[in-house]
Order: sequence, then C-alpha cells, then structure tokens
Amino acid sequence: MYGVSEEQLEKIDVVLTDELLSLGVHCVIVIDTAGNTISQLDRGQCACDVASFAALAAGNFAAVDAMAKLVGEEEFSLHFHRGESESIHFSKVNDDLLLITIFGNDVSLGFLRLKTAEVIEKIKEIWG
Amino acid sequence: MGFINVRKKEVQIKVVFYGPGRGGKTTNLEYINEKFKERIKTEMVSIKTHGDRTLFFDFLPVDIGKIHGFDIKIQLYTVPGQVKYNATRKLVLKGVDGIVFVADMQKERRESNLKALEQMRENLLSHNKDMLKIPLVMQYNKCDLKDEGVELLSFEEMEQDLNQELKAPTFEASALTGYNVVTTLKKIISGTMIAFRKELQ
Ligand SMILES: Nc1nc2c(ncn2[C@@H]2O[C@H](COP(=O)(O)OP(=O)(O)OP(=O)(O)O)[C@@H](O)[C@H]2O)c(=O)[nH]1
Ligand SMILES: [Mg+2]
Repeated sequence: MYGVSEEQLEKIDVVLTDELLSLGVHCVIVIDTAGNTISQLDRGQCACDVASFAALAAGNFAAVDAMAKLVGEEEFSLHFHRGESESIHFSKVNDDLLLITIFGNDVSLGFLRLKTAEVIEKIKEIWG
Repeated sequence: MGFINVRKKEVQIKVVFYGPGRGGKTTNLEYINEKFKERIKTEMVSIKTHGDRTLFFDFLPVDIGKIHGFDIKIQLYTVPGQVKYNATRKLVLKGVDGIVFVADMQKERRESNLKALEQMRENLLSHNKDMLKIPLVMQYNKCDLKDEGVELLSFEEMEQDLNQELKAPTFEASALTGYNVVTTLKKIISGTMIAFRKELQ
C-alpha cells in the first residue's frame, strides 16, 4: 500500500483544473496502473462510475501496452477513442500513472494533446 | 498496491480472486454482489466471452465503512482461469493487496488446481511479490457437490496439495449456494486490513 501527501494531491488537482477543465473537457481522471483512482475532477457533466471506469481503463491500457511489446514497440503513447458526443483520451504520465480525459466535440484533439503533454510534465514533477 | 488518499481520507484495496478455469471465481463475486446489493452502488463489470467465461476480469467495488477515520473501498477482481489467458492474469495481478485462491474440490480438477497455484507464484514474482508474504485465503469450492455424488477430494487432500507451504486460512465453500462465501471475503479483508494498520502506524 502507498500514499502521497495531501499537498501533492492538492497540487495535482490545481493543475488539472487550470489546464484541462478550463479547456472545457468534461472529466479528468488520474489513475495508477493497478486501477486505483488518484484524482477525479469534472464539471458536473460526468455521470460515469469512476471506480469501474478506472478499473477498465487500467486494464485496457495494460492490454494495449502488452500488444505494443508483442509487435516490438516500446509503447503506443496515444490512445484515443472517438464517440458521437463523448471522446476519451488516454496518456501515460509515468510508469505508475495514467491521465484520462473525457471531452465533447467542442474541444479540439490537437489542442488537447498539446495541453495534456504540458500537464503530464507538471504531474511528473509533483509526483516526484 | 492499495492507495491511501489522505485528502479524501479513503483507502482503495485490490483483492483478486485467482484459480483454475471454471473453479467458481465469478460465481463468488456474483453472490457477493447479490448479497450486498444495498452497499454496492454500481453495477458489477464483467468482461466475458459468449460462453460466460471470464475474458479479462470481473470487477466489483465494495465499501465496508470506516477504519481509523478512513473510508475503506475494497475492489474485488477475478482473473480469467482458462490456461490460454495467462498474460491477462498477470495484468490483473498488478498492484494486488490480497488474494483469494479459489480451488475446485472435484477430483478431476486436482491437476488444474496445482498448476494454477504454481503459475500464480510465478506471476506474482514477475511483479516482485512473494506468494508466501501476501495476504491470502484458500477457498475449496463446490463442496455442495458432495451431496450430488460427484467425486471430491477431501479437505485433507486439498490441504496437502495446496496449503502445505502457504499455511493460509482455509474454507470449504460453495459459491453457488453462498456457503462460506462471505466468511472467505471477511477473512481476506481482515488480512489486508492488518497490513494497512501496520502501515498507518
Ligand atoms: N455445484 C457448484 N457449481 C459451482 C460452484 N461455483 C461455481 N459453480 C459452477 O461452475 C461453473 C463455472 O463457474 P465460474 O464462476 O464461471 O468459474 P470461473 O472460475 O469464473 O471460470 P473462468 O472465468 O473461466 O476462470 C458455473 O457453471 C458455475 O455455476 C459451486 O460452489 N458449486
Ligand atoms: Mg470467471
């Protein structure tokens, strides 16, 4: 079992709010690769069950990662699923953490990718 | 690995039901889901094949209340037991805090129990975990088949095969009727909680 400080969690929430929620994404979740939820923020638009979502996301990410290794890739850095009104973007923060954003059609994928790249750097620094 | 969120005063603990194919892992979770309906706010997630075999995992989150002021959230998972799915079993074991090994008491499943346990030891090692050190409960499942005239191994034979070295707490159970399912769950929760308390101190 492990934990991080209250201050670290607070800082992560601030980064997620300032950099991603402010963009208009519906929901941001940081999970660890075992499927635990580290942080979850939304703008009241995310009706999904976060615990189940985290378990599935961690499993999905691990499966795609294992597939990458099978075809001789180190990893597939971007996982993205587009739906009619909601899309999901997954990225790896470090060996422990994954960042997931759920967003609507009004957010451009290109801009979101740019922003998540920045956020990842910040979270890495906070996580240590 | 369980996660302690000091901010939300919450602990997330991962318990995995492991064991040979068709041993009754999913049936355990289904029983728990039914029994604790009022405490489980969400649907059980099952990724399975058409034939109802587990393909990836089952997932069931159970809130058990507060300990030392922390909300304890137990996340129950099962692995797929079919031999060909070992890569997936390994993925599900990542970060595990406690294990219930569901063995099948049917005589014809003796070899499968042994193989599953041995492979679990290897899989845990690949995550740098020692099977002998992780909280673990043994469940000898399908004891109800005794009354159906099916040839079962005796409790002693099961112990001899699977629990010589582990010396884990053991229960005969029937996931189908629910006999000792909750007892098994309580035991693994208390086992992982002892580890949690130690870390809090
Ligand atoms: N008689 C009896 N049958 C059981 C018991 N537990 C499970 N079964 C039956 O055994 C079969 C397999 O049970 P599952 O729970 O799907 O087994 P599993 O371990 O999840 O199997 P995989 O997902 O393939 O690994 C089903 O037909 C169950 O109804 C039990 O305690 N007694
Ligand atoms: Mg199953």
